[in-house]
Amino acid sequence: MARMVTTRNKVISTAAAWLVGFLIFFPILWMVLASFKTELEAFAIPPSFLFFHWTTENYVTVQERSDYFHHALNSIIIAGGSTLIAMLIAIPAAWSMAFSPTKRTKDVLLWMLSTKMMPPVGVLVPIYLIYRTFGLLDTRSGLIFILCLGNLPIVIWMLFTYFKEIPKDILEAARMDGATIGRELIYVLTPMAVPGLASTLLLNLILAWNEAFWTLNLSTLEAAPLTVFIASYSSPEGLFWAKLSAASTLAIAPILVLGWFSQRQLVRGLTFGAVK
Amino acid sequence: MGQITLQGVQKSFGPVHIIKGADLEIADGSFVVFVGPSGCGKTTLLRLIAGLEDVTGGAILIDGRNVVDVPPAKRGLSMVFQSYALYPHMSVRGNIAFGLKMAGIAKDEINRKVEAAAATLNLTPYLDRKPRELSGGQRQRVAIGRAIVREPKAFLFDEPLSNLDAALRVQMRLEVTRLQKQLGTTAIYVTHDQVEAMTMADKIVVLNGGKIEQYGSPLELYEKPNNLFVAGFIGSPKMNFVTGELAKQQGATTIGVRPEHLKVERNGQGGWHGTVSVAEHLGSDTFLYVDAGPLGMLTARYVGELDLHPGDKVSLIPDPARIHRFDDSGKSIRA
Ligand SMILES: Nc1ncnc2c1ncn2[C@@H]1O[C@H](COP(=O)(O)OP(=O)(O)OP(=O)(O)O)[C@@H](O)[C@H]1O
Ligand SMILES: [Mg+2]
Repeated sequence: MARMVTTRNKVISTAAAWLVGFLIFFPILWMVLASFKTELEAFAIPPSFLFFHWTTENYVTVQERSDYFHHALNSIIIAGGSTLIAMLIAIPAAWSMAFSPTKRTKDVLLWMLSTKMMPPVGVLVPIYLIYRTFGLLDTRSGLIFILCLGNLPIVIWMLFTYFKEIPKDILEAARMDGATIGRELIYVLTPMAVPGLASTLLLNLILAWNEAFWTLNLSTLEAAPLTVFIASYSSPEGLFWAKLSAASTLAIAPILVLGWFSQRQLVRGLTFGAVK
Repeated sequence: MGQITLQGVQKSFGPVHIIKGADLEIADGSFVVFVGPSGCGKTTLLRLIAGLEDVTGGAILIDGRNVVDVPPAKRGLSMVFQSYALYPHMSVRGNIAFGLKMAGIAKDEINRKVEAAAATLNLTPYLDRKPRELSGGQRQRVAIGRAIVREPKAFLFDEPLSNLDAALRVQMRLEVTRLQKQLGTTAIYVTHDQVEAMTMADKIVVLNGGKIEQYGSPLELYEKPNNLFVAGFIGSPKMNFVTGELAKQQGATTIGVRPEHLKVERNGQGGWHGTVSVAEHLGSDTFLYVDAGPLGMLTARYVGELDLHPGDKVSLIPDPARIHRFDDSGKSIRA
């Protein structure tokens, strides 16, 4: 018997979905609201939800005290640069593993992924010393390098699974149709791989943008991205909830906007193969 | 022209020997079908001819030229895959035109050829659709269109109809045969459906365990199978085999009689006696599965309706001219 979907069930599940969505979104909403409160209101109990004295003074103070645009530019360069380099390395790597695998391919993949199982703090000291020796501390290139290495296993793994999904038959059909390797790549493989490439790129961008361990430990000012900018509001003089919220809102805004516009692409890429 | 010759073609995957020396002569314009049980190497042999796999030994000649070192693109063959393997991001037009585009043919000529191919295959209304917007039969037609538009030396088909439902399969079978005759292009067609093999082929290659068991016209295989394997594989229902004393009387180790060559008599004299265990009444035919005691289970086919039921005693009288005899090694004994 076909599953009956009554109106009541529909209403209940829609409401439940909205509730879950709201719960997940709530911290971000709360942060944005807090950024428009005064410091006093920000931790008032009971908290005021919408009826408080709206103010933008936090944003003004934040921009006065530290240069948002300097950090934002660093974030763009570091996240963008590390993503780009990671993609350039990962595409051929995943490609060869997907299309001409050997007996050891699975092992290599697992080994790469296993590097992500080690807590980064375990290698903080040696990396810090190496960076100091080579003058990489607080440089953009140093951060690009470490973030690129950190995300590479995930990027390769994702691309590998996408490439694997491309039916071999289609590539062989192109070969029978007289396509050379180069043309097979341009006309057949790349168009089919685009959704996978795009979502990998986006995910990697988001991961790099929000990466806090290495950026906090290896940069102070010159190369410091937005993560450092946020962190600077959370310690020395005690917590300033409203200003911290304003800084965080500013920091996640670009990536939130990017994510919003690309969500269809992102979801399609992440569920690629599951739906077919 | 599209004459294909295989000379001692061998293929191993690592230590596993898959194709154990195949010799074959395929005449220009003929329709050759590879049949055999699953895993016998039909696809592998076809892919070797296509160039999608490299041979381990032997030679493949196309119009007299050895092509074992020639890449697939340069062999002048086209292939229709079981999965259709259409380019998902291209329209039907783009799919059919792709090979011509790769060959660097002028735009208006490509258009003309694509439209002509589409017209032959009744695809004209769908030219601007994407493959995912087509039915299975239409996709298969696009795959065939992609193959014919390039005017290849030969078509290679790997079970192209196996994903279609039964009615469509019969229709496409006729279309493919008609198209091939009309174009006069050599075709090699892999299937494990022996009705397809018998109806479509000029010549059939029966493969078993990586070896060619027999190569001949459908009727040759039916009437003069080389060995037990071919005798059992070609024909439906399967040939009955009898061993022991009865076979020895005929000077053979095994004798075989096809179900349609057993005359059925109710309570008759002579012949082989047995009891009907299952009777299938199709109206046009009656299939009887008869328990013949020491001879084992025998199948008999009667054209028309025969009012027999389980438990009825019958005698089966083989047509003496159509008894196949086989020796110890399973080879056919020809008097
Ligand atoms: N790339 C490969 N590596 C290793 N073994 C392979 C490879 N391709 C095929 N084989 C083996 O070769 C044998 C023949 O395979 P093939 O696909 O040619 O069979 P087939 O006759 O087409 O069967 P089917 O009717 O099931 O399609 C099988 O045992 C298969 O496991
Ligand atoms: Mg096969």
